[in-house]
Amino acid sequence: MLTIHCPNCGVTAEETEFHAHGEAHLTRFGPGSTDDQFESYLFMRRNPKGVHFERWRHQNGCGKWFHVARCTMTLEVFGSYSAQTTEPPQDIIDIIKDRRPDWDGLEATT
Amino acid sequence: MSEPVTALKGGTNTAGFASVTEIGPIGMITLRGRLSEKAITKSAVAASGVTMPEQRMCNTQGEHGIAWMSPDELLVMCPYAEVHDRLADLQEKLAKHHALAVNVSDARAVFQVKGEGVREVLAKLAPVDMHPDQFTPGMFRRTRLAQVPAAFWMTDDTTVHIICFRSVAQYVFEVLCVAAQPGSEVDHF
Ligand SMILES: [Zn+2]
Repeated sequence: MLTIHCPNCGVTAEETEFHAHGEAHLTRFGPGSTDDQFESYLFMRRNPKGVHFERWRHQNGCGKWFHVARCTMTLEVFGSYSAQTTEPPQDIIDIIKDRRPDWDGLEATT
Repeated sequence: MSEPVTALKGGTNTAGFASVTEIGPIGMITLRGRLSEKAITKSAVAASGVTMPEQRMCNTQGEHGIAWMSPDELLVMCPYAEVHDRLADLQEKLAKHHALAVNVSDARAVFQVKGEGVREVLAKLAPVDMHPDQFTPGMFRRTRLAQVPAAFWMTDDTTVHIICFRSVAQYVFEVLCVAAQPGSEVDHF
């Protein structure tokens, strides 16, 4: 069971008040993109064992979207942050690097 | 004019260690807009007759109230008979603002759960810390009750008011009655 914090309304609750909506920080390839880019946007997802970034929604609460950084292996939640960003903020990265010194960054795995 | 009818026609169950009663109808207006805009909060205050609540709180006085629903949403409560007039007034005040006000009174059901064990009834159904130090009268929480979305607040230490969608009123009533069943007390709080 994950304990998730919603940065929009400030509620912290267990995961059943929320809903996970898959990998975060995807580039939305659309018109003008190549078939390969469009295919990868539609179908190809990372499935890391370890640090992962996801989009979540406060489904049974304020209804707003946000991002969560967590570990898929230990279920440790590193933190949540605004949905209005294309990359994890520095404070979240600092927490992850502190907890997982050998993590090689978001770029290395995308 | 037809008579307003609530989802369960005021159904009640007093068999449990807390009583469950459908109350209402209550006038409810969903107001969406930027809460940092004075005109929006001022119109909500005028329509409800109570002051503006803080984040995740609600201010209620009898049937009048404002609940903080999200960073861009308020729930304005008033007597059912007044909701049309108050909504018209609200919409006139907000005509020049980017805001939305809708009468949702008939789309909702409202329950009152009352008794010493009321915190326990809620704690069984919602992922909310109902400890008296953590959840206090005046706080407002949107969450789930078992499998459906709901919102609740305490009007005093032994009374909870719950709002849910009208379509799940029977489910919420029954699940509250089950959680309050005699003999199922946990006596945690
Ligand atoms: Zn939230």
